[in-house]
Amino acid sequence: MLRIGCPWCGEREEIEFSYGGQAHLAYPQDPHALTDEQWAQYLFMRDNPKGLLRERWVHSHGCRRWFNVERHTVTHEITAIYKPGEPPPARRA
Amino acid sequence: MSGAFRIPGAGHIDRAQPLAFRFNSKSLQGCAGDTLASALLANGVHLVARSFKYHRPRGMFTAGNEEPNAIVQLERGPHTEPNLRATEIELYAGLVAASVNCFPSVDFDLGVLNRLASAILVAGFYNKTFMWPKSFWKKFYEPVLRNASGLGVAPDAPDPDIYDRLHWHCDVLVVGAGPAGLSAALEVARQGLRTVLIDEAPEPGGTLLQRPAQIGGIAGAAWAARAAAELDGLANVLVLRRTSVFGYYDHNYLMALERRTDHLGPGRAPGIARKRLWHFRAARVILATGAHERPIVFGNNDLPGIMLANAACTYATRYGVALGRRGVAFVNNDHGYALALDTQAAAGNLSLIVDARPAADPELARRAAGAGVRALQGHVIARALGGKRVRGVDIRTCAGTNAGRVECDHLLISGGISPAVHLFSQAPGTLRYDARLACFLPDRASQAVEVAGALNARLQLASALADGKAAAARTLAALGRAPAALATSAALTASSAASAGFVPPATVAATAAGTPAPGPVPDELHIEPLWSVQSLLGRKLPGKHFIDLQNDVTESDIRLAAREGFRSVEHAKRYTTTGMATDQGKTSNVTGLAILAEALGKTIPEVGTTTFRPPFTPVTFGALAGRDRGTLSDPVRITPMHAWHAANGAVFEDVGQWKRPWYFPLPGEDMQAAVARETRALRTTAGVMDATTLGKIDIRGADAAEFLNRVYTNAWTKLAVGSCRYGLMCKPDGMMMDDGVTARLAPDRFLMTTTTGNAARVLDWLEEWLQTEWPGLKVYCTSVTEQWSTVAIVGPNSRKILQALAPDMDLSNAAFPFMTFREGEVAGLRARVFRISFSGELSYEVNVPSWHGLALWQAVIDAGKAHGLTPYGTETMHVARAEKGYIIIGQETDATVTPQDLGLAWAVSTQKDFIGKRSFARVDTRRTDRKQLVGLLPRDKSFVAAEGSHLVASPARAVFDPASGSPSIGHITSSYFSPNLGSGFALALIANGRALRGQTVYCVRDAGPQPMTVGDPVFFDPEGKRRDGID
Ligand SMILES: [Zn+2]
Repeated sequence: MLRIGCPWCGEREEIEFSYGGQAHLAYPQDPHALTDEQWAQYLFMRDNPKGLLRERWVHSHGCRRWFNVERHTVTHEITAIYKPGEPPPARRA
Repeated sequence: MSGAFRIPGAGHIDRAQPLAFRFNSKSLQGCAGDTLASALLANGVHLVARSFKYHRPRGMFTAGNEEPNAIVQLERGPHTEPNLRATEIELYAGLVAASVNCFPSVDFDLGVLNRLASAILVAGFYNKTFMWPKSFWKKFYEPVLRNASGLGVAPDAPDPDIYDRLHWHCDVLVVGAGPAGLSAALEVARQGLRTVLIDEAPEPGGTLLQRPAQIGGIAGAAWAARAAAELDGLANVLVLRRTSVFGYYDHNYLMALERRTDHLGPGRAPGIARKRLWHFRAARVILATGAHERPIVFGNNDLPGIMLANAACTYATRYGVALGRRGVAFVNNDHGYALALDTQAAAGNLSLIVDARPAADPELARRAAGAGVRALQGHVIARALGGKRVRGVDIRTCAGTNAGRVECDHLLISGGISPAVHLFSQAPGTLRYDARLACFLPDRASQAVEVAGALNARLQLASALADGKAAAARTLAALGRAPAALATSAALTASSAASAGFVPPATVAATAAGTPAPGPVPDELHIEPLWSVQSLLGRKLPGKHFIDLQNDVTESDIRLAAREGFRSVEHAKRYTTTGMATDQGKTSNVTGLAILAEALGKTIPEVGTTTFRPPFTPVTFGALAGRDRGTLSDPVRITPMHAWHAANGAVFEDVGQWKRPWYFPLPGEDMQAAVARETRALRTTAGVMDATTLGKIDIRGADAAEFLNRVYTNAWTKLAVGSCRYGLMCKPDGMMMDDGVTARLAPDRFLMTTTTGNAARVLDWLEEWLQTEWPGLKVYCTSVTEQWSTVAIVGPNSRKILQALAPDMDLSNAAFPFMTFREGEVAGLRARVFRISFSGELSYEVNVPSWHGLALWQAVIDAGKAHGLTPYGTETMHVARAEKGYIIIGQETDATVTPQDLGLAWAVSTQKDFIGKRSFARVDTRRTDRKQLVGLLPRDKSFVAAEGSHLVASPARAVFDPASGSPSIGHITSSYFSPNLGSGFALALIANGRALRGQTVYCVRDAGPQPMTVGDPVFFDPEGKRRDGID
């Protein structure tokens, strides 16, 4: 079980949070301008790295606010936490 | 006297406290301080079990948590617990235990017939032997197998004990209180850090209690007691005894099981939780989990009396028990050689050491000679002899020459060590194979953890103590608490430790999290790897050669798996079931993979280990559940009217966490009769339902209408204040997510209703879009589900009833039309009344603040008496809504269903954009053969199909023919009997179903296909005349 630092509430147990999948996949400006393939890319295709992944979490049983987490998918080490709209931090080497 | 095999004066047991106990109906006596295993051995009882597949006699093989054989059922009645290891059960007065897996008894076992049939019980026997003929599985193979194998039995009464749970945060968590763990814990505890030290034994000490040891001039056991006393006396330290860390999870989250009263016996500690589940969050962890000894595979290596060398040494040293009168040891390394000599020093019953190596350490050889123990170098044991007890061994030279037979009544084995890497590996940490020590060792950690002691290949006492200090120094440095001198100040120095092989610690560098730091050089084992005597000698030897004792997996099983093409260790493990028993292969995994590697012509690192997963040792469900049992297992949500429902005989249904009245039976009525009466009332007079559980979300802000426009499939900006609209929500993939009626309370304010079970999910969904995609919209969402009580008055008489309660409200169709709401007084309460309908009838949903819910309900019931008002539950609601073809999310939908599939295209805007719209232009959602919602009427009117039933196009297709693929054209989503129709009826999703109207399809069931006619999903009042009332 992870320990996640909500940007508004601080460190809390994972059970207070819900997972929101990969981050920085903006809803397309005009979905109807996309081909079926491009729309399917947005709907279904997600990165699945063995390594760092930027993802969304929401503090469901706390402040109910969304934020972004950069997490290592093998070690679960959290390398960054930042608010929506903030730029992701530079990747560590 | 506590047994004929007790060694006078030896052991840390209390001879003044004899304890009577029963094993397999035999009365025996042990001492306080014994385990069940040591007490049995003290009485000369070795035979304690029958093996899983072949029902071979088995005895104690170890003295600890790795025990594969001595699995017992402890106690009887509701306290009984199956599959416990006798080596870990502390003896108490009156203990009752029995062997598992023995029928009719451990001495006379019918299952031994299996041995005659052992040719068929080879690797993969589950998959091969019992597959044919198929009909035999249920009637013959399964019952026979279940009776003959299986381990213990579960209690058949509720667990009478209580179980606790505790969360604990600490700076440093030390797992294992052997020499390394104790020395590490002392270092960090003395710095004032919040420290936890955990060990599975009743007292800290680990191997200090199991082998003769001296530290600084005092006995190892006394040193351990002194260290424990110091730690117990520190306020910043928690020492947990009888506690097993079984799981190492993310972010240094570890779980442990503390056995608090098991050592007292059942019912002897009333009011005290029997077990406690600990949840730890540690800034840093030090693992000092020790090492398991490893066997060597030879013929009949499973006979009772054959035991690992460290177990023999533990029984002699800790419990003062000799394993017999005449022992032999079989080793391939100095560690096992020394353990055999330590055993001899305490028990004096060892006559011979058979050592596969050309030579042993000269110092050890001198000790052997001095102790009168003969040593045969360059020899192996080819086979053990005996039935229910080993009585001799056949010895050969390493060249294969016969070297005679030696009598013995017990045999000590040491094939090397397997450091207990389980927790480190779970963390997850990687392992590396150390060829010099012939074992897997921790390599790269991924969390803030250090390893120390035997786990880190420090096998000698002095180096284990120093390694514990070194791990502590790295830990303190990482926490910013390290005094500079600490790392090199090894206070428990080499000169004070008895061992000869001590190497002074190198300078310890404080390193970053998880990188193993250079510590003292690992101790020498002088091991010559010997996995199997057969493969060393290059020939088949008589007898069975076991690798996994608990699952009865032999060397030939592994070789067979390799021949049959199982190349991955994970596959070979599952095929042969090696390491898959309750002991998780603690004594067999490495041997199994080494033999697999040999059979595949690969190296051990190439084959690698299988994955280590929690739990390290079994955990009972009682402990995991803790207090979350019965009514505490899940929160129960009830409405303010609940007490009335209960008092009036409601049968309740769980909807999410809500308790909802399912139906209200009158005396003598069954469910069918009650629902028939309720449904009739609703269609002819009036019914009343508690609709409080419906999800309600208050949405306000300048952009509220625009927001609804984006999340609902239909248009909202033009909805008038005071009006309601039915809305559909889809996911971006176009699939139905929720539906409900939303009312416009003000230009900038809406009240959204959701499905009862979906309320939280919908609120989360709205928040997600507002926060992550449209932060610019001024919209605020608040859950008001629990702020309002809702009473639905439904049926032709509903207007009269409401009018009686709200004389000032104009309820005419003109003044208060369908899909509008009004505010006013109902039963003297401030209320908001919605004219909406989920039944097709004239209907009013009256909302009042929650605390008035019961008062409103009672007033409605009283006012309705003159009008045939009948309370109804969710079942009648379902029948009524299904008669009208109204869908239920989660029943007619399953995340593969679009609004168009359900015939709801009328609620999908073609003008504006909304979430999911783009997906309706995808090729897949435009397929004409998608499943569509239709209604079904059975030819036999009494037939009510089971929900979920498959539908086929012809009776012939009801018989599955694999050659022609799936014959299903759809399935039934809702099915009821309708008193109003006088017939069963169903809603169904059928491929291209709307084109099949008027045709017959067949519902598949065991009793034969049932014909049903396809039609519209609206069965009742298709013109919708009833919603305005019948005048
Ligand atoms: Zn928060």
